[in-house]
Amino acid sequence: MHIAVVDYGMGNLRSVAKALEHVAPGRDIRVTDDPAVVSAAERVVFPGQGAMPDCMRELDARGLRAAVIAAAATKPFLGICIGLQMLFEHSEEGNTPGLGILPGSVRRFPREGMVSADGRKLKVPHMGWNEVEMADSHPLWHGIPSGTRFYFVHSYYVDPADPSLTAGVARYPFPFTAAVARATLFAVQFHPEKSHTAGLKLLSNFVSWNGVHAASPQDAMPALTGTL
Amino acid sequence: MTLATRIIPCLDVDRGRVVKGVNFVGLRDAGDPIEVARRYDEQGADELTFLDITASSDGRDTMVQVVQTVAEQVFIPLTVGGGVRSVADIRRLLNAGADKVSINTAAVTNPEFVAEAADRFGSQCIVVAVDAKRNPDAGPLSWQVYTHGGRKATGLDAIEWGRRMQAAGAGEILLTSMDRDGTRQGFDLELTRAFSEALDIPIIASGGVGGLADLANGVTEGRADAVLAASIFHYGEYTVGDAKRFMAHRGIVVRT
Repeated sequence: MHIAVVDYGMGNLRSVAKALEHVAPGRDIRVTDDPAVVSAAERVVFPGQGAMPDCMRELDARGLRAAVIAAAATKPFLGICIGLQMLFEHSEEGNTPGLGILPGSVRRFPREGMVSADGRKLKVPHMGWNEVEMADSHPLWHGIPSGTRFYFVHSYYVDPADPSLTAGVARYPFPFTAAVARATLFAVQFHPEKSHTAGLKLLSNFVSWNGVHAASPQDAMPALTGTL
Repeated sequence: MTLATRIIPCLDVDRGRVVKGVNFVGLRDAGDPIEVARRYDEQGADELTFLDITASSDGRDTMVQVVQTVAEQVFIPLTVGGGVRSVADIRRLLNAGADKVSINTAAVTNPEFVAEAADRFGSQCIVVAVDAKRNPDAGPLSWQVYTHGGRKATGLDAIEWGRRMQAAGAGEILLTSMDRDGTRQGFDLELTRAFSEALDIPIIASGGVGGLADLANGVTEGRADAVLAASIFHYGEYTVGDAKRFMAHRGIVVRT
C-alpha cells in the first residue's frame, strides 16, 4: 500500500514527497495525478501552492475531484495550504467554488487594520514562523507542544462554518484557523514540510495515524475497534 | 502569539560551490552548499537564500542540483535567486525544491515577467530583489534601482518601483542597499523603513550587516520583516543562534 501525494500540476510537491520519505523511510510514496492511484492509496496528502482558481481548474482538468473527495472521507488525509483551502465551499480568491467537503469559506486578510499589538504594520502575505495553539489533542499534534511555531505563507485563511472543525489557531493579528480536523481528515494552513523538526513530527504522526480522531485515548479504543 | 522576525543567511553559489569565505569550525568542506545549509539549519536559520552568481548555463544546471540535494535534507524554506529570467527557469527551480525564486534584472528589463510569474506560480513564491542606491540629486530620501549586480543604473525610483512590483504580484521584496553592501556599516535604515512603510508586502533588509546590532536595528528602526546577512555568519563570527539571542534581548520576537 502506498501514500499518494496528489499532483495537480501546481507548485512544488518535491518538498512534500522528500519530507515524507524522510519521516517514513522505506514506505512507498507516490506523487501522482492518476485518480486510480489516489483511490488505491492507504493515505493521501493533498498539498498545493498558487492561486485557488488555477488549483481548482487543474484538479478538474486531471479528473481528480471525485478521488480527492472520496479519499478525504474514507482514509487518513492531510491537506496542506491551498490543499486546506480547497476543502471548503468557497474562496474569495477569484470568487472560486471549492470542493465543499467542509462548510465555510476562505477569506483574504483585510487590507486595513493589519496592525500588531505593539503597533507594527502587518504585511500580507502572512509569511514566516508563527505560533499554533492546538485546539484539541488530535493524534497529529502528538509530541508537539501547543504554541509551537510553523512556517506559513498565505494571503487567505479558512473560516469554518462549524467552529468544532478547528484543531489549531494562529493569530495575525486576529485568531484564524490554522488547522482543521474531522474524522480521517486533517488539514493545515502552514507548511509542515518546511517547518523543521515540528513539521517533520506532524508528518511522522500522519504516516502512522490510524485515522481515528478522538479527544482522549479512552475514547480512541472503541472507535479503533469499530474501524478495524 | 506573534509572527517571528526571520533571520536569513545568504549563500553565494558559483558553479555549485559556496563562495565568499565560509569558516565554520568542524565543516569537512566549507564550500559544499549542503554542509553549509545544514549548519545554518542546525543553528536555527528561519530560511535560506541561495544566490547563483554563475554566469554560464552549465552553472545554472548545477544550481538546480544543489537545490535538489539541499531540499532533501533541510526542511526550511529555500529561496533561489540569480539569473531567473523565464517561467521555465522558475519551474525548474521550484520543481527542484526551491520554495521561492528571487527575480532582479529580468523584472526591470521585462516588468510583465513578474506579473506572469505571480499569476502562474502564486505571489507566495515570487520575490523581487531590488538593488537600490541613494540618488542625492533627486532628494535626501531618494533611491534609484540598479541592475547587473549594482553596475547599471535604471533611472527608476526605488520606492515607486517597489510599489509597481507589489501591484504586479510580488509576494516579498529583497531590498539591498548598494551603498552599504559589503561595508559592514549596517543596513541603510532610511531606505528599509521607507520601503516597509510604503509597501504592504514583507521586506527583507539586506546589505551592510557588520554586527548583531545592525540586524536588530533593521527591525526596530528599519521596520524590516526579515533580515538577511552573509559574511557575519560565514566567517563564524556569530551563529544564527547568537543573532536570535541578541534580537530577543532587544525585544524582537524570534523563533527559538
